[in-house]
Amino acid sequence: MATVAQDIFKPTKFGGKYTVTLIPGDGVGAEVSESVKEIFKADNVPIEWEQVDVSGMEAGSKHSEELFRESIASLKRNKLGLKGILHTPVERSGHQSFNVAMRQELDIYASIVLIKNIPGYETRHKNVDLCIIRENTEGEYSGLEHQSVGGVVESLKIVTRAKSERIAKFAFAFALANNRRKVTCIHKANIMKLADGLFRNTVKRIAEDYPTLEVADMIVDNASMQCVSRPQQFDVMVMPNLYGGILSNIGAGLVGGPGIVPGCNIGREIAVFEPGCRHVGLDIKGKDQANPTALILSGSMLLRHIGLDDHANRISKAVYDVIAENKFRTRDMGGNASTHEFTRAVLDKMEAYA
Amino acid sequence: MLATRSLAAPARQCLRQAVAAQRRAPAFFQTQKRFYSIPEQDKVAKFKGTKGNDGKFTVTLIEGDGIGPEISQSVKDIFAAANVPIKWEAVDVTPRLKDGRTVIPEEAIDSVTRNYVALKGPLATPVGKGHVSLNLTLRRTFNLFANVRPCKSIAGYKTPYDNVDTVLIRENTEGEYSGIEHVVVDGVVQSIKLITREASERVLRFAFQHADAVGKRKVRAVHKATIMKMSDGLFLNTARDVAKEFPHIEFDAELLDNTCLKIVTDPIPYNDKVLVMPNLYGDILSDMCAGLIGGLGLTPSGNIGDECSIFEAVHGSAPDIAGKGLANPTALLLSSIMMLQHMGLNEFADRIQNAIFAVLAEGKTITGDLGGKAKTSEYAEAVMKKL
Repeated sequence: MATVAQDIFKPTKFGGKYTVTLIPGDGVGAEVSESVKEIFKADNVPIEWEQVDVSGMEAGSKHSEELFRESIASLKRNKLGLKGILHTPVERSGHQSFNVAMRQELDIYASIVLIKNIPGYETRHKNVDLCIIRENTEGEYSGLEHQSVGGVVESLKIVTRAKSERIAKFAFAFALANNRRKVTCIHKANIMKLADGLFRNTVKRIAEDYPTLEVADMIVDNASMQCVSRPQQFDVMVMPNLYGGILSNIGAGLVGGPGIVPGCNIGREIAVFEPGCRHVGLDIKGKDQANPTALILSGSMLLRHIGLDDHANRISKAVYDVIAENKFRTRDMGGNASTHEFTRAVLDKMEAYA
Repeated sequence: MLATRSLAAPARQCLRQAVAAQRRAPAFFQTQKRFYSIPEQDKVAKFKGTKGNDGKFTVTLIEGDGIGPEISQSVKDIFAAANVPIKWEAVDVTPRLKDGRTVIPEEAIDSVTRNYVALKGPLATPVGKGHVSLNLTLRRTFNLFANVRPCKSIAGYKTPYDNVDTVLIRENTEGEYSGIEHVVVDGVVQSIKLITREASERVLRFAFQHADAVGKRKVRAVHKATIMKMSDGLFLNTARDVAKEFPHIEFDAELLDNTCLKIVTDPIPYNDKVLVMPNLYGDILSDMCAGLIGGLGLTPSGNIGDECSIFEAVHGSAPDIAGKGLANPTALLLSSIMMLQHMGLNEFADRIQNAIFAVLAEGKTITGDLGGKAKTSEYAEAVMKKL
């Protein structure tokens, strides 16, 4: 994982081991984190977990607020995290999304979601290999809303040049570092002429510094349509917050669902790795049906990020091989293996390599 | 009401304003006694036009730019062949400069106001020229609050998705497209998403009625109220309130993220539902659904307002193939069929629709964009033969 901030990035490392904050999250989080822990341990990965069981389920409880503060402190200390998804209630009285608050508080501004077909797992679309870079800290998720008079609500979308510049630079640097060719800016500047206009113009201006990369821009509704009809045309895509949420879900739908899409959130100092398509999975919680692939692959992105490529390659190869063999697949991939059975199969594969 | 139709236009104008004023009375009082069936006069956006002396409805036709005139000609030819009781009134909507602002010509506005219904080809909107898009202006002028976007798989045109049959209704007047934006300081822009109970209620009520009309038993509101607790929350709560008036229709709500994911993974479970959502989500998802069945060249669209409704092809004006007779008129044709259904001319709608689908299914005379070699006119002739 290459980032522009690599030179100043210094995660904590004591006694040859990295300390990494682990936030299992709600829903299927506990089960899939268990699977990651087991696999990492089996591979002797030099990582010490600092687990914080923060949860978004209990609205307004003092305990969950405290745990949330603790998770922030832990991430600030360790500068590295692996995270499941925290539940956010719909009720107006409910708390603000912990996921969003965490990203804003830690200023982990760039979300990376890798959408790629897994070899051997057939979906409707072939040869999809795209990467969604999403601004994570402003836009529609500013959280600024008010009721002017009864029945009239205004919600503010904030777009700033500084943050647009930052995400644009990140996207181009990412594309260069990962041998990608084309960066497409996704926007709705034909309607939101000022806000999305600023984003689009900033990306265009930054693009001039990267003459080797092909640059394109596309309106978000068209991009969504192209994504489901001809996703092969896309490479790296950079966009404001909300569009990122929409397109990463569409993208996940193309390659097999939220259970297999890895991702991460990167800031200047802190990097938090979490499944790219942020679904809590409350419906299958505790049923031993969840697909741990997304979190395992996010975990191996984390390993690459700190230069532990050997471990990362071994683990991701084992996962891909298990899926390609089609003996142990979880329900979301059309199989009937449990989370445990799938994990076991990955462990067996890794043992077989040794 | 009906008697007033024969009055001169100015008088009618006054009357309509009076009616409109009445309608602004708090909607809750009007709706409390609605139960299983909605009395016709209470329906949102009911077609108000009447036949003229010659037994024909007059419909405003905005041919549009680029390929617009060609595909409009196909519609006219096919309608004539099917003896549809419709007389076209072509108008030009090229914007004019008035008091330093670009406006739609008054004749066009008058025509739509008089006829209550219009069919519109694609209009070219110059990108980034600073003026509001014509489509947006039309929506505002006629208060076209709901955008109806059905997407149905077309036999004979293969995509990765089969048997898609979704209906999506999008709030059309506010939300993220309110157009309220400003620069706070240099480099910091605020764009306001506006959600009002009034507009939400109107589009939601229309969605339930439309579900009834097209025989779908479920309505699903799509929202992002986890993050936008107040704005999308208002939409969602209004949806729950309105749902109580329609106890025979099943109502549920879904998070935008889930909807995106699930439709792309498998659109079939959405076949028995009408989806209703705020402006931006609707814009994105309706185009995405179009992508599932083969793009905007195959999907119709209707913009429904209190008084007038405009049916249109949502694809671009394709200036590169304009005038060459290569354009595919299917989207405009299907939109015109939605228009016929809106006007209550269902027999004609069914006949023409069956003819179109039959021609597409045969795959012999289809246009270049669908992989065929037929000219626009040849395709239209094939449809007429099927009639």
